[in-house]
Amino acid sequence: MATIYSDPSTTIYREIDNAVEIPGKRAPLVLGGRDFTSVTEVVTDVNLKPAPFGWYVGFGVAFSFFLLYVFCVGMLLTTGVGVWGNNQPVAWAFDIINFVFWVGIGHAGTLISAILYLFRQNWRTGINRFAEAMTIFAVVCAGLYPALHVGRVWLAYWLFPIPNQMAMWPQARSPLWWDVFAVSTYATVSLLFWYVGMIPDLATLRDRSKARLAEFIYGIASLGWNGSCRHWHRYERAYLLLAALATPLVLSVHSVVSFDFATSQLPGWHTTILPPYFVAGAIFGGFAMVLVLAIPAREWFGLKDIITMRHLDNMAKIMLATGMIVSYAYCMELFIAWYSGAHYEQSLFKFRALGGPYAWSFWAMMFCNAMVPQVLWVRKWRMNPWILFLVANIANIGMWWERFVIIVTSLNRDFLPSSWGLYWPTWIEVGMFAGSFGLFFTLFLLFCRFLPIVAMAEVKSIMPEAHPHHQEPHKQTHDEAAGDYRPDEHHVPKPKAH
Amino acid sequence: MEAIQPTADHATSSIDVIVPTVVGLCAEFDDVTAVTETAARVRDAGFKYWDVHSPFPIHGIDHAMGIRPTILPVLVLMGGLTGCLFGITMTAWINAFEFKMPAPFNWTNLQGYQFFISGKPLWSLPAFIPVIFECTVLFSALTTVFGMLLLNKLPMLYNPLFRLKNFRRATSDRFFIVIDAGDPNFDRQKTAELLRSGGAVSVETVDE
Repeated sequence: MATIYSDPSTTIYREIDNAVEIPGKRAPLVLGGRDFTSVTEVVTDVNLKPAPFGWYVGFGVAFSFFLLYVFCVGMLLTTGVGVWGNNQPVAWAFDIINFVFWVGIGHAGTLISAILYLFRQNWRTGINRFAEAMTIFAVVCAGLYPALHVGRVWLAYWLFPIPNQMAMWPQARSPLWWDVFAVSTYATVSLLFWYVGMIPDLATLRDRSKARLAEFIYGIASLGWNGSCRHWHRYERAYLLLAALATPLVLSVHSVVSFDFATSQLPGWHTTILPPYFVAGAIFGGFAMVLVLAIPAREWFGLKDIITMRHLDNMAKIMLATGMIVSYAYCMELFIAWYSGAHYEQSLFKFRALGGPYAWSFWAMMFCNAMVPQVLWVRKWRMNPWILFLVANIANIGMWWERFVIIVTSLNRDFLPSSWGLYWPTWIEVGMFAGSFGLFFTLFLLFCRFLPIVAMAEVKSIMPEAHPHHQEPHKQTHDEAAGDYRPDEHHVPKPKAH
Repeated sequence: MEAIQPTADHATSSIDVIVPTVVGLCAEFDDVTAVTETAARVRDAGFKYWDVHSPFPIHGIDHAMGIRPTILPVLVLMGGLTGCLFGITMTAWINAFEFKMPAPFNWTNLQGYQFFISGKPLWSLPAFIPVIFECTVLFSALTTVFGMLLLNKLPMLYNPLFRLKNFRRATSDRFFIVIDAGDPNFDRQKTAELLRSGGAVSVETVDE
């Protein structure tokens, strides 16, 4: 394994291991000796060249699952929520589990696009675009669940404070109503962030597409962007402001989702640890989903020079860290249940972990979220995309079990043994859950086909050639080398082609 | 590649031959350093109506061009305060106040409601804060995006620069300095010379 990234003249680019830390040196984030031209080409080719056969296969599979979703929702709407297995005491089941699961997945996209931007983590540029797309599609999947769970779907607009002749307003003290605002604001801001980030890249597609119709549509979508530096100046400021706004927003969204549980009186839900625990879990699950999408995408779309092993390595480290936070939260919940001396809380956690009917789900969660991610401590395994892919999938499954554990084990046994009951999903619920993956992947594959999947402008701006005087080492002052803005000291010489 | 025509001017154009009006000069660069240094020289030469076009934001170009900071953050602050005020008013109105508005404003569908539940105070501000916060963020974000687009005068689908074949590379891998013919300092020959001496790969005229 080559560990050279200091001497470009002797480097075979494919062999650069940019995940190695060399003190005092910045690892290159774009490999393969690519310059601006070839970054544009490799990314726009995904959209402008005919789709590979595999895309049609994938789209066909995703779309058939989407049809399953449509069918199950049709059954739900024509028959009523009775087609679900929800009952008393388990009134919240698959619908809310899947809502929390999907909205949590979205969080990694905003974390990458906003929080890592504020921290000047330049590696985010390779993955932020499709992580943001993942956010939006996940929020779409999430938002449909509570909307369908209201029962009378045709009255779902009552959730919003719309002036009406009945003098009837929502209850602003209810966490469920906070959720309406949190999730709809989150969806709107994510969409704006995604679109604003995409305008320059849509302009690139406009300028490179040969087909008249594509040029026209990309032309409209890019709003006439012409790369003016006066525009860039306001654009960058707007991007920074959006990042600064999205950061507290993303933390608030999953906190508010956790308030749905934490503000209730139910043992197992009524804990103050829930907001940070939910946010960490959301980032853990979201990064797992980013890895699940990124590992195949970089392989199939030829983006290995832009989504490098360093990117995967960094994401694996974030997964490991957030996985440790959720593991800590699981243990702390158990500890507090014991330490509080609260009878019902203690019983509930005894049922949850040891004797209850769903104790197996607790251990499934512990296995997937607390134990399996520990393999990421080993660098050799982090460097193996197959192992990463497997661990990320297991983490996704584990995060789904986490929501199952929180919701079903808390609800199925509450204060009175006479009101205890069990819950099992019906085939319609299972179909809707599988179908929501169909919806997600249908949207995602359409995105991969028609929109720029890598933020080209941002990737170019972190390449060494993007900085004036990059060829004159004496001009690189200590300040510039120390600040994160200048990514790389060394320079890969650009082939002189005219 | 130079395409500077000596007779293309409004005043001298005859009736028979339609000579396009020159609206500016467009110089192409293939290097960030050259474009930044030339931009600084154009700034020092006192030009006002000109711009640099690049596929990504160039670090330090604001200084080289003498761009003053944008007013956008102030707008966003005002948008955020408006959102905050909106959130406070809305939650208070729909849950805490029920008084009748005077005659022209007494629309039924805007009538407030005293939502009394669980013995909580009608105006329970702490419980309203999540909604107020989300309103603040929503209004700020909308102001940021639409403020940025408005200040940039976007969408603007027509631009004479889009006629230049090479300008398509402004969104990919080339850098352009465009000087408007309406600038008081604009002189076709001298300005072209200034741009060329900065290392431009080519200088072209931009026609109306």
